[in-house]
Formats: sequence, structure tokens, C-alpha cells
Amino acid sequence: METLSVSAHASEKRQKRPRSGAISVRGRLAVASRVLAALIGGYLLTALTSICLAQFLPLVRAEAVVLAMTLSFLVYLPAVLWCFACGTAWRAWFGLLLPSAVLAALYASARWLL
Amino acid sequence: MKEGFRQAMAWLHTWAGLTFGWLLFAIFMTGTLSYFKNEITQWTQPEIVPHEISAADGVNRAQQWLGENAPDAKRWFIRLPDERSPELGVSWTPAKGRFEERSLDSLTGVPVQVRQSMGGEFFYRFHFQLQMPYPWGRWLASLAAMVMFVALISGIITHKKIFKEFFTFRPRKGQRTWLDGHNAVAVLVLPFHLMITYSSLVIFMTMIMPLSILTTYGKNTQGVFDDLFPAFKTEQAAADRAPLASIAPMFEVAAEKWPGSRVGLITVNNPGSANASVTMTRHGADHIPHEPGTALVFDGVSAELKNESNMGAASLMLAGGLYGLHMGHFAGPLLRWLYFLAGIGGTAMIGTGLVIWLGKRRLKHAKSGVLPFELRLVEMLNVASMSGLMLAVVSFFWANRLLPVSFTGRSDWEVKTFFCVWGVALLHAFARVFLRDGRSAWREQLTLAALLYCALPILDMATAGGYLLASLKQGNLTLVALDMTALATGIFLAWGALRFRGDGKIVLASKLTPAVQEAR
Repeated sequence: METLSVSAHASEKRQKRPRSGAISVRGRLAVASRVLAALIGGYLLTALTSICLAQFLPLVRAEAVVLAMTLSFLVYLPAVLWCFACGTAWRAWFGLLLPSAVLAALYASARWLL
Repeated sequence: MKEGFRQAMAWLHTWAGLTFGWLLFAIFMTGTLSYFKNEITQWTQPEIVPHEISAADGVNRAQQWLGENAPDAKRWFIRLPDERSPELGVSWTPAKGRFEERSLDSLTGVPVQVRQSMGGEFFYRFHFQLQMPYPWGRWLASLAAMVMFVALISGIITHKKIFKEFFTFRPRKGQRTWLDGHNAVAVLVLPFHLMITYSSLVIFMTMIMPLSILTTYGKNTQGVFDDLFPAFKTEQAAADRAPLASIAPMFEVAAEKWPGSRVGLITVNNPGSANASVTMTRHGADHIPHEPGTALVFDGVSAELKNESNMGAASLMLAGGLYGLHMGHFAGPLLRWLYFLAGIGGTAMIGTGLVIWLGKRRLKHAKSGVLPFELRLVEMLNVASMSGLMLAVVSFFWANRLLPVSFTGRSDWEVKTFFCVWGVALLHAFARVFLRDGRSAWREQLTLAALLYCALPILDMATAGGYLLASLKQGNLTLVALDMTALATGIFLAWGALRFRGDGKIVLASKLTPAVQEAR
């Protein structure tokens, strides 16, 4: 699993920065996709984390909201790093959307089911 | 696995740093200047002279002037002079029209005839609004802050021996020296970098990460601010009129409630109406956390304490503490200079990073001596964003002294000078980098900047020498300290300009090679 991700990553790297000649379109699209994943997917995960924190922190409403917002950027950072560290661009999206979906489900069930 | 991860982080650090480096350099540079915001304003408005007055006298004068000149305003704001700012500031929101403000002489209580200038406020505003319309500048600055955060952490991961190699500095070794310098300033002020970057996100969090407010408060998003800052809830003015009580006696109550802490901003809501109220907050210089919610509310007619609120909760202290650390209002002279030096360290870290990026790629073309288009573009932007900005900053101070003291739109012209000079520096960099070489662009801009910075004290003496001497006689060192800082900056820039003598090909060929492998 680990070795697979490294080799996949390395091959994409090679596409991005070949020793000579033009940079492949595929490589460029992959990088653009990762940047978008970091920007949009990362924001989504961060926002959902702050929403869940504000919902579940055992604090007065305003304090929970402030703490949730204050801590949220600590989630954005690893999310961005993940997007560039993981094997492929698809994996970058998957790795952010899956926990986002879990958080969204968690919040929705607490808000509307319980 | 580990090396792959580190390589990916190196790639991220390199490209995040390059794409946002120019903007971040400007943000850090002007932000660093903002630590001396009030001092810069003192220099740009030397007409305002500090006087020793008691808080009660100051607030009485402000109240009297506002009562005569803005009796129908919705709100008054009064800011007393302190050790960093000699002005007795009054401002108000009129019933109709725009927010207005004046600087009163703290001794006579009448507006000071002062040259129009944004002073330090200009650099302060620029460093988070970027001279763009609201809210785009703030969003762009916040995005830059997040990229900075990513670049910092990925940089630490990339450089495995970053802390060990802190003590390694190999001067006069070209690229190697730049990299050592980059690492040294990065590590030396790392806590500052992390604090300043994270706190900038926290400061704007209600703008950039507001969804939890929506899910918690629903449509009533103002509710969170009312909960946090109950003292600032807006009330409609009552129809009945009643004279406003004297504000000065309320200071005694405040002194009792907040021992060892002065009053900061004084807000008068609905002055002259039957439901007028006076809100006082604590002076920012007396404690670290930013706590605008800690306030005393007095009845504006009976002068009785109606309400008090504080922001003591741990979660609020975390956010307020980060906010306060970023602003540094609490810092005394020594700590303020440390903040300033740390800011310069951050600016230098970004600048050296940009130089390294180009230096490494330039090596491949060292033999032919001809740079491809994209590298020239980077070099042009490096020159314009660094030495060009230094020129723009000093030209703002020159404009302040050379523009006639009284003409309308003076303040705008200072700002225009700043951006015009920056624009011309960009054009110059373009012409030199693309038609000649980058070294001449650096050399010429740094030389001019060095001259302008070194000559600033002379210009100050020639055009506002009276104020300078008077302030010295009073024992006020602010004006002369700014002149001396400009001189020191000029000498540093002159040293920089000297490094670009000649065409520098020899340095490139002989000294840069060993560093290439490690530089990644």
C-alpha cells in the first residue's frame, strides 16, 4: 500500500518535471486537480469540522462557535498537505471527501434525528 | 515512504512559496512597519504635540467639543492620548452621512491644524486589505496567510536537519549562503512566524470560516456578536432628550473595576437622548489578550454603572490571546523592537526564499548566460516586489514632507505616490531584466533606495526640523528614532547595492555549484 503510493506518486512527479521536453498535459491537470482539492476539498472538510465542533463542544453557544472557528485551521493544514503527499489526485479528493461525508452525516444525525 | 513524502513537501514548499512569495513579502514588510503604526503617524503628523494631561481633563475636553460639534450623532468615540500616540482622538457616526474624525489638541481641546496623512494607518490597512475593495483584499490576504502556514510547515518537514543546521552559516558561498540565511531566519523566529500566521487567520475567522455561526445561530448571525460583545448592542435613540452626564467621574468606577488598567476606547451611544449610554473598554496596552467584550456600560444620564461584561472564558481567551499577540498592543518599547525585528526576519525569510528559487534554476543557464522567459519574469517580480517596495515605502515618507502642508486630497496623493513609485519600479525592473540583466535592475533600484533612505533624516531636518528639535527638547525620541531607522535601512540597502557591482558571472560559476544537490 505504502510502496504503491510512493511509486504512483513518483511517476506523477516525473510527468510533472521531466528532465527535458514539455510537461505533459496529464501531469498539469493532475497538479491543478490537487490544488483544487486542497483549496475546495480542504475548505469543505475544515468548515464541516468547525460545524461539528460548534455542535458537540460542551460549551456555551458563543464560546463553542469561537473555539470551533479558532481550531478549524488546524484541520485545513493537514488537509492541504495530504493533497500533495498522497499517491494520485483522485486519492487526494477521496481522502478529503470521505471524512467530510462522515462529519456531515454525524452533524445531520445529531441535528435532525436525535 | 519517508523520502517520497519529504520530496512532495519540498515541491509544495517551493511552489507555494514562489506563487505567493511576492504578495507575502509585501504583507510582511508593511505588517512589520505596522508595529510602529502610531510612531509613523507621529512622524507624518508632527504638528500634534504630546502634553501631560490627566484622563479626566482629556475626556472633558473631548466631551465638550463633541457636544458642541456633533450633538446629533448616533455614536461618539473618544480615544485618550497615551505614550505611543499624542492625539486626543474624537470620531463620530452622524445621524446622516459618513463617519468623521478629528485630532484634538489635548491641552486646548480644539482640532489641531494638522497635515492630512494616513501615516502608519496606510501600511497597517495595506497589510490586510491590499488596497482592494472590501472584502476582496481581506480574502486575498487570508488566502496568502493560509499558504504561508502551509509553506512554513512543509518547509520544516522538507529540511530534516533544520534545527541542527541552525548554527551552520557559510558566508560568501553564493547559493549556499542564501539557503543558510533562509534557514537561520526561519528557525530563529519560528515561534513568531507560526503565531503571526495562525493568528492572522483567527483574526478574520468570522469572515473566512463562518459556517458554524450559520448552523448555530441560523439567520440571526448578529446573535453571536451580541452574545460575545453585549456592551455593543445597538439601541435606537429614545425620542426624549436629556443632557449627557459628565464622563470623567465614570473613570473612577473603571479604575476600581480594573485595577492597574487604563480605559481604552470610550463609546457614547445616542448622546443627548434619554437612553444614552457610555461604554468603556480596557486599554490594549495593559494586557495581552484582545478582549473587546470586556466592557463597562454606564447610564448616559444618571452616570450609574448599568452593566459589565467580560471575556474571561478559556475558549475566548485562546482566540483573544492569539489576536492580541498578533497586534502586539501590549508590547513596551523593548518588546516592540523585538516584534519589529521578528517581522524583518519573516520578511527576509520570504525574500531569501524567492532569491533561492531563482538562483537554483539560474545555474542551468550559467554557461550560456541567457535566461529563459519565465526565469526573467520571476527575476523582474523579485526586483519589483522587494527593492521596488522599499522604494515605494520611502517615497511615501518623502511625499509626506514634500507635498504642501495644506491642500485638499493631500493624504490621497501620498498613497498615490506610493503606488506610482511601485509601478515605475516594476516598469524599470521589466526594462532592465528583459533588455539588459537582472543585476543592473537590483543595483539601480537598491542604490536609489539607499540614497532616499539615507537622505530622509536630512529632508526631515530641512522641512520639519522645528518639530524635530522641539520633540527632542521634550525628550520625545520618536521622530529621531524613525529618522535613524531610515538611515540604518539606507546603509543596509547600500551594502546590498554594492553586492551587485559588476556582472557577477564569476560568482555564479564558481561558488554556486556545491549547493545544488542539498538545496532541495
